[in-house]
This record gives sequence, C-alpha cells and structure tokens, in this order.
Amino acid sequence: MPQYLLSVWHDEDYVPDFSTPDAQRRVAQVAAFNDELQRSGAWVFAAGLHPASSATVVRSSGDHVSTTDGPYAETKEQMGGFWIIQAADLDVALDLAARAAAASDGPIEVRPMQG
Amino acid sequence: MTDTLDAVFRREAGRCTATLIRVLGDIDLAEDAVAEAFAIAAEQWPKRGLPPNPGGWITTTARNRAIDRVRRESTRVERYIAAHQMHTQETDPDATPEGEALDRFVDVVPDDQLRLMFLCCHPALAADSQVALTLRLLGGLETSEIARAFLLPEATMAQRIVRAKRKLRDNHAPYRIPGADELPDRLHAVLASIYLIYTEGHTATAGRALTRVDLSTEAIRIGRVLATLMPDEPEVIGLLALMLLTEARRSSRVDAHGSMVRLANQDRSRWDPSLIEEGHGLVQACLRRNQPGPFQIQAAIAAVHTDAPTAADTDWAQIVALYDQLYAIQPNPVVALNRAVAVGALDGPSAGLDALANVNLDDYQPYHAARADLLTRAERIHEAITAYDRAIELTANSAEREFLSRQRQHAATTPSRP
Repeated sequence: MPQYLLSVWHDEDYVPDFSTPDAQRRVAQVAAFNDELQRSGAWVFAAGLHPASSATVVRSSGDHVSTTDGPYAETKEQMGGFWIIQAADLDVALDLAARAAAASDGPIEVRPMQG
Repeated sequence: MTDTLDAVFRREAGRCTATLIRVLGDIDLAEDAVAEAFAIAAEQWPKRGLPPNPGGWITTTARNRAIDRVRRESTRVERYIAAHQMHTQETDPDATPEGEALDRFVDVVPDDQLRLMFLCCHPALAADSQVALTLRLLGGLETSEIARAFLLPEATMAQRIVRAKRKLRDNHAPYRIPGADELPDRLHAVLASIYLIYTEGHTATAGRALTRVDLSTEAIRIGRVLATLMPDEPEVIGLLALMLLTEARRSSRVDAHGSMVRLANQDRSRWDPSLIEEGHGLVQACLRRNQPGPFQIQAAIAAVHTDAPTAADTDWAQIVALYDQLYAIQPNPVVALNRAVAVGALDGPSAGLDALANVNLDDYQPYHAARADLLTRAERIHEAITAYDRAIELTANSAEREFLSRQRQHAATTPSRP
C-alpha cells in the first residue's frame, strides 16, 4: 500500500511550550488522532521534533567530514514533526492530512514515499 | 480524409484515453495506445476507405492494443487489477485477467470520461495544470496546440503536463468518481477548469485577436459531454448554458476593424439564435429545479441580456437582483464590480459609483474600465481619464486596448460637470 509523509510546519522560532491550555488541547487532539490512525491500520510511524535550532548538518566529501550548527535550509518555516501513514490512494491520504491539520492546528504537507 | 480523421480523433480521443487509463492503470500507456490506434487508422483508411463506424473502429483497435499489451506484460495485469479493485466502486472480487472478464474491463463505459475529468482536475494540481491536462487528455489536443492557445512556449507547456502526470502517478491519485460527500467541491474544480478554458478562448489575455475559436469550442464540447454524463447536476447545466449564451454573442463582440464592441452597442441581429434558444432552455430547466448555484445565476444573467431585443429593453432590475443573489453565494469583489455596473445601468452612474465605493480591485483592468465609464457618464472627466489610463496600462489584449483608447478619446471630448 502506498505510504505518505505528512509533515507539520512551524515558524523557525517556534518553541514548544506544553504548559499553555492551547498546547495541551493540541496534544490531546493529536493523541486522539494517533489512536485513530493505529486503530484504522494507517499508522506506520510518527514523531515530534525538537526545534530546528537543535539541528546539526554533517557533510562528507572524500575523507573529510564537516559539521555545522543549525538546520540545513535557512527558511522561515521548519518541519516540527511528521507522520508516516499508509493509505489506499492520494484521496485517502489527503483526507487523513485534513484531520492531521485540524488536530495540530497547522498546515500539513503531504508527500508520497517512493517504492 | 485528413479532415475526417481529425474529426474522428477529436470526438473519440478523450473517450478512448479515459477507458484505457482505467484498463492500463497508467496515463502515458493509455495515450500511447490511443495514438497507436490513430496511426493505424491514418495508414489504413486512405487505402481501404473509411470503416462504417470510424469511432467504434478506433475504440476497438485501441482496446485490442491495450489487451495485447496487458496480456504480454503479466505483472502489469496484476497491477491494474489491483488498481481497478481499489479505485472503482463496482468491483468484482472474482475478476480474473483472462477471457471475458478482461474484455469486460476494457468495455467503454461513459463513467470513464467522468473519472478522467475528476483526475485532470484533482485539487492536488494547480489550476493551470488542471486546464492543461484536461485539454491534453480529454480534449485530445497536442501539447503544441495547447501551448499556442495559451501563448506559452511549447517546452513550458510540455513540462507542465509531464509534471502534472508525474504528480498524479507518484501520489497514487485514484481513478474514480468522488463520493457524494466530496462531490460538490470536486465538481466545482471541474467546472471552474472548463470555464477557465472557455474564458481563455473568449477573451485572449494577450495577443491580437479578441476571440480564440478553438479553446471556446473545446470548452463547450467538454461541457456538453459533462452535461450528458451528469444531467442531474444543476451547476453542470448552468455552466453549459452560460457558455452557450456567451458564445451566441461572440461574432458581435468585435467589429470589422477587430476592435471590441461593448454589449450595449452590439449588433443583436448577429447573435446566434439557435445557441440562445438552447441556452434559454437550459436556464429554464435550472429555474424549475430551483437549486441555484454560481454558474446557473450567471447563466440566468446572460439569459436576461439575450432576452432583450435592444440594449434599452434590458431588464436591469432583474439583473441587479440576480447579482444580489450571486453575491450572497460568492461575496467576492469581481461579483461586486459586475453588480455595480448593473446598478449604474438601472439607477444611474452616481448610484453605480456608490456601489463601487467599497470594491478594491486596483490590479484588475475591468474594474478601471467600468469605473471610467461610470465617471464619464457622471461627467467627472478628470477622474475618468485617469481611470482609462490605468485600464489601458493593465490590458495586454490589443482589441481591448483599442476599445479603451477610443472610450478615453470620447471621454476627453465630453464636457466636465461645472
């Protein structure tokens, strides 16, 4: 069955703060959505990420390895988390993405996985 | 012979492609099979004469090519059976790729064209890709023809079509008719795409000729197919009526010098009575159904215009009422602009300008043209000239520019209100 990456996007300076009522509501919504994915068999994997400022970029050329601080792409929006789901087709994936967007209160990018 | 083959191709290509996409589970393979069938026709028909049923011949030949291909490539058989079972509602779980079951799979079913329309206008595609794909797969137009129609380099259009097809394939877009819950949104995308093709043909956004026959004709042809396939969807009928009633006035929109003629000054004897009659019949049918939608209301407005023997006879009160109804469904500034023009015709230019007061469409040429006209009639000449200049600056179509320049000239010689 085709698999899709559903990614969550935040402003680069987004700092997760789970103490606010808003954040707690989102956490509960996402947990309910995850349960639903697992029940329906669409669930493959999911994770939330630490902020983009925690990222490190590693490059390899020949014997040399360089390590630099910060996310790879210097963009205003950064990925904050993702789901990997399996769905019969794009329309099913888009439907799940709509529910993911509602649960996480933000836009979701849907991308098909190869294979 | 070439003309006949062209005519058959235009009529059958979309239908064949639609069926073969279902059979082969792949857009490119389907296009190849259809092209192959037409290549065989081009070779055989001039020698043997036209078959009794040219359309049927093409469909059968393309089907046979498809069956051969499917049988040759057994892995694909499994793939397409799987795809078929996944994406269509009338699934037969015992279907096998052998014998009759296979023949049944490749039967031409009208639903295939609907599937193809919804696939081409999938919301995951941008509007310009939806339009290009619809013309390519349903219209059977060559990429070079589509590029010419949109005044784009062929490479740009080819890339747009290739990307759209690849996106649908990589994303496993289903080949199906959307279910009832999602149908309104998905159908709207299809209708919007067909209407975009029509308006692009009706008023070329750039270039010399005001009307481009091919795209408008193609949009109406696709609109007719859709109306046959979904006769119970009032908006489908509304769109067809709107296109027919707009098309009926086409030959009078441009004068002998290629300059645009506005509705009030058009020679109504040149309007096409058969298109008007057909359009009015469809509008009546929509009214009886009483499930109004944006395309039906716009068609009703066009019907009020085509109902008037002279411009002075136009029932502007009715048109304003219809724009009020349209604005309630689609509260966007373009509708507000058209409503203001109607108000200006009904209650005078000052009332029209009042209705325009809260409309903000600074980058939209028709806004400045309409405002310039209302200002001229209100004898506010300085403001009118400024508005004409802005409208002329924003138009890329030479027929429209000539029209606006003449209007500006006319305004400049009108005495200003003391």
